[in-house]
Amino acid sequence: MNTRLVGLMRKELLQIVRDPSAIAIAFVLPVVLLLIFGYGVSLDAKHVLVGVVVDAPTPQTQSFVAGMRRSEYFSVQTFSDIHRAREALRERRINGIVWLRGDFSRLALTAGDAPVGVVVNGVDANDARILEGYVQGVWAQWLEREAQLRGGRLTLPVDLQSRIWYNPAVRSRDYLVPGLIAVIMTLIGALLTALVVAREWERGTYEALMATPVSMREILLGKVLPYFVLGMGGMALSVAMALWLFHVPLRGSALVLFGSAALFLLAALGMGLLISTAAKSQFVAGLIAIIVTFLPAFILSGFIFDIRSMPEPIQIITHIIAARYFVAILQTVFLAGNVWSVILPNGAALLAMALFFLGIVARLSRKRLD
Amino acid sequence: MPAHIWALTVKEFLALLRDKVSRMALIVPPILQLVVFGYAASFDLNHVPYAIYNEDSGAASRDFLARFAGAEVFQPVAEVNSDAQAARLLESRDVLLVLHLGPHFTRDLLLHRSASVQAIIDGRNSNTASIALNYVSAIVQGFNEQWAADHGWGRPPAMLKIRAWYNPNLLSRWFIVPGIVGLLTLVVAMVVTSLSVAREREAGTFDQLLVTPYRPFEILIGKALPGLIVGLLEGTGIVLIAVLWFHVPLLGSLAALYLGLIFFLMSAVGVGLMISAAAATQQQGLLGAFLFLVPAVILSGFATPIANMPPAVQTLTYLNPMRYFLVILRGVFLEGDGVSLLWSQYLPLAAIGLLTMAAAAWLFRHRLY
Repeated sequence: MNTRLVGLMRKELLQIVRDPSAIAIAFVLPVVLLLIFGYGVSLDAKHVLVGVVVDAPTPQTQSFVAGMRRSEYFSVQTFSDIHRAREALRERRINGIVWLRGDFSRLALTAGDAPVGVVVNGVDANDARILEGYVQGVWAQWLEREAQLRGGRLTLPVDLQSRIWYNPAVRSRDYLVPGLIAVIMTLIGALLTALVVAREWERGTYEALMATPVSMREILLGKVLPYFVLGMGGMALSVAMALWLFHVPLRGSALVLFGSAALFLLAALGMGLLISTAAKSQFVAGLIAIIVTFLPAFILSGFIFDIRSMPEPIQIITHIIAARYFVAILQTVFLAGNVWSVILPNGAALLAMALFFLGIVARLSRKRLD
Repeated sequence: MPAHIWALTVKEFLALLRDKVSRMALIVPPILQLVVFGYAASFDLNHVPYAIYNEDSGAASRDFLARFAGAEVFQPVAEVNSDAQAARLLESRDVLLVLHLGPHFTRDLLLHRSASVQAIIDGRNSNTASIALNYVSAIVQGFNEQWAADHGWGRPPAMLKIRAWYNPNLLSRWFIVPGIVGLLTLVVAMVVTSLSVAREREAGTFDQLLVTPYRPFEILIGKALPGLIVGLLEGTGIVLIAVLWFHVPLLGSLAALYLGLIFFLMSAVGVGLMISAAAATQQQGLLGAFLFLVPAVILSGFATPIANMPPAVQTLTYLNPMRYFLVILRGVFLEGDGVSLLWSQYLPLAAIGLLTMAAAAWLFRHRLY
């Protein structure tokens, strides 16, 4: 490596050390965010507050309610009549109601199809659907028990057996933590570089750099390499936390993981540099970085909302979000293994984005003052 | 308002809107993002690609599969005839679900025996997997009821009658879009405020401002007003799009909504100014903005319910203005809440706003280092 480049990188490193915010971005940010999110973000509802109303207690209703109490998904609260339960639901003190009417046992023992009234608060539709699923589970187990009591076995026409591959316990943390790494790396990449070129423009040091014999390529390399090393350090920290703190399994190889992280980081740093180069003022670069990095990576990457369920035009838009490819690779390498049919196309897309961003930055950064 | 504070506010507006890029950055992205995110952010499944592995050739299996073909949620993309093929499709994410019907499906059913169907689901996104499984169960249950009725299997002792209040079709868009209103309002407020003091500190003009006869709280008002005004205008635009474009019902009173918006902007602007006042450089201001913004969004109950968080994290969310604003937004939009029901949300917002603004005013003169 030539001495000019080493000198540039030394200067960049000194700047990093002098304003510790860059080190904070690379190492403190991932730790804080992963800790909060790893513990805080979960779609697995447990101990959901549900009101139970039993108009006329009988062995059948007792067995149904006991099934709900046994389940770790519910925290059962009994109400003496349906009006009180409805009021509690309206005031958001409970999330749902299960109502066994006075004629429940009579119908259950004779004609069948005794209605179990279930009301859920549908405002959070996803949560409501999960709650419905839990009630269905309790109901199915109750049917089984009732059939056994009558000396038979429950025979349903079709007996559905489900297997959830890669995550049999359906722990949402196992899929959210790999995705979080992608979101956090997006922030690290953009934050590290979004201001570095704009800062030099503002202070006039960029003009000074132009007057030296260093080439534009060397200036850019000098900007990318130190932050790349910092970013990869942040990545290593995040992976270590995912594995040993959150116990997310890593079924693929670490080499693939870090290889794709390197590609992604180059794309993210490239985007940061592009913002910085195009904006030429730290203020504007900061505005753009806040707007284009976090929310798109959060919502359009498939980290939490499944891309395949989005409308077609929106799916097309997601292709310009680098985090999308990284999330796909991360979820696969962590949970499924080295599946090349997922890794290769997504890795190629990351490489293309990195080349694209860095290429544009190189084109924009000529030795010109306008 | 005294003329000299107004002059300061005008200066802040000029600093914000002088540059064409920052003018655009304030207006275009929030509107664009609301539309894109409004469509993108949903837990509802659509056109889930699935493969069929049917070893049975009888009429019952065709009836069974017809129910899946007729469901909007699912879309058949392949038929396979071995486990290995099915595994390959799942692994490469070409399908989310494989339905496997054994060779004796029709025979078992006609003999009054349970026929088993295997649903294999890609669990890499475990939430999608469990929702898909719920849809599959619902379709199987529908088939079971029909088959039991047509072939004299007898009825089960009880059945579930499920209703959902406020959102009868359980459209997650109704839940998410009001949340996005909050998200974008927060981003706009942070964008306007979080760099405003740091920038002046770096340029040295803040020292000049401090030696003028302005008192700290007057400077604070001058710095806070642009955030509040821009936030109110943008918030109005975003609410209009949510109602007119996405047809999210707005059942509650506008007074309750705007009271919430004003209190929320107070707290968001307060936090932004506090970060900005504590930062020595714009780099630090930007870092601070993100360190607040990201947890504020993720721990707000926007996508994952606060009730699922461990107790310690739940306690932490009481410091988060987004938490209160989301309750207000969803309450007003979907449940028709009025002002009187929401004081428990307004007051914490006002408290956060006053505390952070006081801290910002103090930090103007007493920065940490």
